[in-house]
Amino acid sequence: MELKTVIETKELTKIYNTQIAVDRLTFKVYESEIFGFLGPNGAGKTTTLLMILGLTEPTTGTVQVLDVNPVREPLKVKRFIGYLPENMGFYRDLNAWESLRFVAELNGLPRQVAEERIVDALRCVDMLKDANKKIEAYSRGMRQRLGIAEVLVKNPKIAFLDEPTLGLDPDATNRMMGLIKELSKEKHMTVLLSSHLLHQAQKICDRVGIMINGRMVAQGAMDQLAEEKLGVGKETYTLEEIYMKYFQEA
Amino acid sequence: MQGIKPIYKKELSDHFSSYRFLILFALIAMVSMITAYMVGMSISKELKDIAKPKFVFLMLFTSSGAWFSLVQFVAFFGPLIGLILGFDTINRERNEGTLSKLLSQPIYRDAVINAKFLAGLTVVAIMMASIVLLISALGLIMIGVIPGQEECVRIFIYLIVSIMYLAFWLEVAILFSILFRSVATSALAGLAMWIFFSFFISLGASAIANSLTVDANDNNSDALVLRTKIETTINLLSPMELYTDSTTIIINPMRKTTRTLVQMGMMEQLSMSRFSGPLPLSQSILVVMPYFIFLIAITVVFFAFSYVAFMRQEIRSL
Ligand SMILES: Nc1ncnc2c1ncn2[C@@H]1O[C@H](COP(=O)(O)OP(=O)(O)OP(=O)(O)O)[C@@H](O)[C@H]1O
Ligand SMILES: [Mg+2]
Repeated sequence: MELKTVIETKELTKIYNTQIAVDRLTFKVYESEIFGFLGPNGAGKTTTLLMILGLTEPTTGTVQVLDVNPVREPLKVKRFIGYLPENMGFYRDLNAWESLRFVAELNGLPRQVAEERIVDALRCVDMLKDANKKIEAYSRGMRQRLGIAEVLVKNPKIAFLDEPTLGLDPDATNRMMGLIKELSKEKHMTVLLSSHLLHQAQKICDRVGIMINGRMVAQGAMDQLAEEKLGVGKETYTLEEIYMKYFQEA
Repeated sequence: MQGIKPIYKKELSDHFSSYRFLILFALIAMVSMITAYMVGMSISKELKDIAKPKFVFLMLFTSSGAWFSLVQFVAFFGPLIGLILGFDTINRERNEGTLSKLLSQPIYRDAVINAKFLAGLTVVAIMMASIVLLISALGLIMIGVIPGQEECVRIFIYLIVSIMYLAFWLEVAILFSILFRSVATSALAGLAMWIFFSFFISLGASAIANSLTVDANDNNSDALVLRTKIETTINLLSPMELYTDSTTIIINPMRKTTRTLVQMGMMEQLSMSRFSGPLPLSQSILVVMPYFIFLIAITVVFFAFSYVAFMRQEIRSL
């Protein structure tokens, strides 16, 4: 079966002053998969996401998101991508309802639709009972979940989750990852997930891309990468082994 | 344009629920009451036994009573209101990480600054309108004179010009909040700008004019006129000067020109005063129009600066 390409970059490059943050990046993401975006700090993951989203202009190279060029039509792209930034902030004196309503209004949703989606999103991240509290009274985990809810309100075709498990306890991390998996399966959402938790990523990602120093050194399904790097027929492997192998080579 | 309305609504409700707004409002209410009281007292004393001159009501705004008139107050401290309302609009959102989230929604980037400017403008308009209404009401009670139709029109024009003046400073503040990451820096930059435009330019203007026309003295009237010309031209760069010039003419019909005449002898003064009736409204508007347009023009220039700066800026979370 031919998979539909959702995101495609060609020779995507971003240079800050003299530093190359993203170096001739070429990769594809297919429909309704979870693509794990891995790599050490400063590899250029966030920069790549920003370029795909049209928030940062690429120095050279092209991006296509569902046949739309984010440089030329950023609004169109932003309509079907939900983005959870790595250090997301909130308007602290709003509560969850107000915050989600604001997102819905920015997306031009009619009132009725918005209310339904907001209830759905809150139920999905299990926040209904805390939704009347002001955000300044939220714990880290609650904020993270509210962030996911804000993505869900848009009902996006694609979700960019930049380290959604940052600062969560192990149990909350598990639940967050479970939720992401569920969403991708139930809503057929394509998820681009950047994370440093390889063990978790291994469980839920369909394919991964490993980025080091701005270059994508590997991309593909995990068993395929394992075969390449760890030798044919290795029954048990961990993503960590693969990752470290690439990391040492680089 | 998509995005303006929700952001405008949110900004406005933020303003109204902030302590900053409450304190500013309290401050303004106090000032209006003080001015109205001061001026009201002195006017009713002065007018005790004489026939009421035309435009008594306008004197509420121009006559300086014990310390200052409203027009002077707004010219001097109005900029601070604009600056306070705008100095942290963009950089606060940037520092709190809400800006990248906001801009990842399907809205035009300039919708953010447009909406924020409009919200600030609304607040400024409400504040100025309430000052003027408050003073009028108090004045009505204290001096017991009802404003004529022309006076109402003049007060209305004064209100519009004042709102534009504050809007200019609001725009300056927004520009600095885009340019500087740190809230304290942008506040300081706004303050520096205020001092520069309000005081430094007018001081500098006379210094420059004096040094350019060293040979000016009582016997060299050409040079004296030139000196004044240079000075007024440089002064036109100062919003405070523009504002004071235009508002005094609108609200003080006895003044006919924004310029001060040079070299007035005794006889000249006498003959001048014989013809000093009030300037008709249409003429006042004509005199003021260029100033008003210039005020709008410099606001637009600053708006363009902030637009360009904001569109080119890298948006990252932290
Ligand atoms: N505004 C900027 N100016 C200059 N260099 C920048 C700027 N933003 C990012 N960089 C550089 O670009 C590179 C890539 O950064 P990026 O944030 O994309 O990394 P990352 O893979 O997301 O890292 P992390 O895992 O720590 O989030 C880094 O080396 C960083 O120093
Ligand atoms: Mg990152």
